[in-house]
Amino acid sequence: MSTQSAPARLSRELIGALIVFALFAGLPILADAMGDTFVVFFTIRIMVFAIAAVSLSLILGYGAMVSFGHAAYLGLGAYCVAILAEHGIWDVTVSLPVTLAVCGLFALVTGAISLKTRGVYFIMITLAFGQMAYYTATSLSAYGGDDGLTMWGRTEILGSTALGDRTVFYYVVLGCLLTCYLLARMIVASRFGRVLQGAKQSEMRLRAIGIDPYAYRLIAYVIAGMMAGLAGALLANAAEFVSPAYMSWHRSGELIVMVVLGGLGSLLGAIVGAASFLVLEEVLSHFTEHWRLIFGPFLVLVVLFGRGGLISLLPGGRKNG
Amino acid sequence: MAEPILALDDLCKAYGALKVTSHVSLDVRPGEIHAVIGPNGAGKTTLIGQISGSLAPDSGRIRFDGRDVTALPMHARAHAGLLRSFQITEILPAFTARENVALALQAREGHSFRFWRNVSRDADLNARADACLAELGLEARAEVPAGTLSHGEKRALELAIAMACEPKLLLLDEPMAGTGREETDRLVEVLRALKGRYAMLLVEHDMSAVFALADRISVLVYGEIVATGTPEEIRDNPRVREAYLGEEAVA
Ligand SMILES: Nc1ncnc2c1ncn2[C@@H]1O[C@H](COP(=O)(O)OP(=O)(O)O)[C@@H](O)[C@H]1O
Ligand SMILES: [Mg+2]
Repeated sequence: MSTQSAPARLSRELIGALIVFALFAGLPILADAMGDTFVVFFTIRIMVFAIAAVSLSLILGYGAMVSFGHAAYLGLGAYCVAILAEHGIWDVTVSLPVTLAVCGLFALVTGAISLKTRGVYFIMITLAFGQMAYYTATSLSAYGGDDGLTMWGRTEILGSTALGDRTVFYYVVLGCLLTCYLLARMIVASRFGRVLQGAKQSEMRLRAIGIDPYAYRLIAYVIAGMMAGLAGALLANAAEFVSPAYMSWHRSGELIVMVVLGGLGSLLGAIVGAASFLVLEEVLSHFTEHWRLIFGPFLVLVVLFGRGGLISLLPGGRKNG
Repeated sequence: MAEPILALDDLCKAYGALKVTSHVSLDVRPGEIHAVIGPNGAGKTTLIGQISGSLAPDSGRIRFDGRDVTALPMHARAHAGLLRSFQITEILPAFTARENVALALQAREGHSFRFWRNVSRDADLNARADACLAELGLEARAEVPAGTLSHGEKRALELAIAMACEPKLLLLDEPMAGTGREETDRLVEVLRALKGRYAMLLVEHDMSAVFALADRISVLVYGEIVATGTPEEIRDNPRVREAYLGEEAVA
């Protein structure tokens, strides 16, 4: 995908990924030394949204599927965990498969319909399905409705409550992020990934050589939905609380912004984009309530002038997953 | 005589009042190069679209390789061995030339629901893609993004992609369009070398290329076939001279 030779591409990419993950891995140690706990909580949040952004990047950056309802999977994953907990089911051996199955099924059904459309229609219909999930959540009066639902604890691992420990939880989230990133990288580089990226460039070309892109897009959509569902499950655990706000269309828009900010067509970019977005939001909102007024123009500048997104400024370089 | 690989039976298509394909019946025999010539707007590209499956005819039937493919979608026809090239280059610009051809080879090998192996390190696939590129003199350009190739190279890549699919019948829509004399000559040589390996339906404006390659020629005017015959018959057909070729073109 670039004019550099493959080994050069690989090493540049490796450097970028190593830096990012080394920063994540080292952060709790640093924070402990400084006695700062907020940073750890905040970084957990960053990593959770980075998982969601990576999943969106997979379909948006590599498949040109502009899903405006991706936050629905975040919410769906969160509600799966919280509702199961409400019924006394805390163990990951149940909650994780249920979360992935529910999100995968929702993606399969809504994706099968949405992917019959293209362009603006696809954006609209994914938005509509997202809103449907949102309003369904608000009407779940047994589970808090509008007010959301508090989880009195965290997911257990074979009966162990180890996730209750902040540092353990941090590294579990980091492990999930690393797994999702590597999984997405592998998918992008596979035969499947090549079909996905080919279909983004010219659907007619793919049909002409005997490939119907529909099923490939649908499978990618389902994978992305399940990945975002995992992010949702982690988000519920991080906050020990879920609410319909997780699924609002603002949230879906923010996920798109994270991916574009970091650099379309780069999985590492999605992680950097999620981190930058949340840090900027946090910092700017300290100065002024109207932080969006500053953030909006900043975003426009990045999109206009930094065509490869923030990732193109990193040693990892642009367009290298 | 062997059964034709492709047979069009009374194909019709109209855009509103404009008849772009009007009762077209023609066939292509195994190993044959059948050229379709005609003035701009005659309906040649539309005809290729209907044969390849990107456009649906209003009526008529298309038989390919012993079966009726009229209702078959484009990708299924490609799988059956009915391949096309595009008049307006349709390549994957962000992929390298090698990746473009490798994807075509990959499509040939059945489904691509393969998630684990890194396809760019598939040495066997890359070697076969490079062999296709070499047939068209593109071997030195394998790692160049297809979008940055020269126009002539893009035309050659378009052909390499179609050839990688091992067609039984190749539909070529003005493969020489916009290429220089030298590139045209090379493409003619490539097609001549391929002659007999598979059948071709060749739409082309370059008359010297058509007369050098074609076994038979059909002349399309306003969506209608006005004559079909050997190059000699077409050259001497007064209706064709009048309708299309012009005296100087065949002089
Ligand atoms: N989608 C379309 N809608 C309406 N008219 C079309 C369409 N596509 C092609 N045409 C018209 O059909 C005629 C035949 O076009 P085409 O098959 O491209 O001709 P050729 O390839 O022989 O130059 C032209 O007059 C063209 O303007
Ligand atoms: Mg044409």
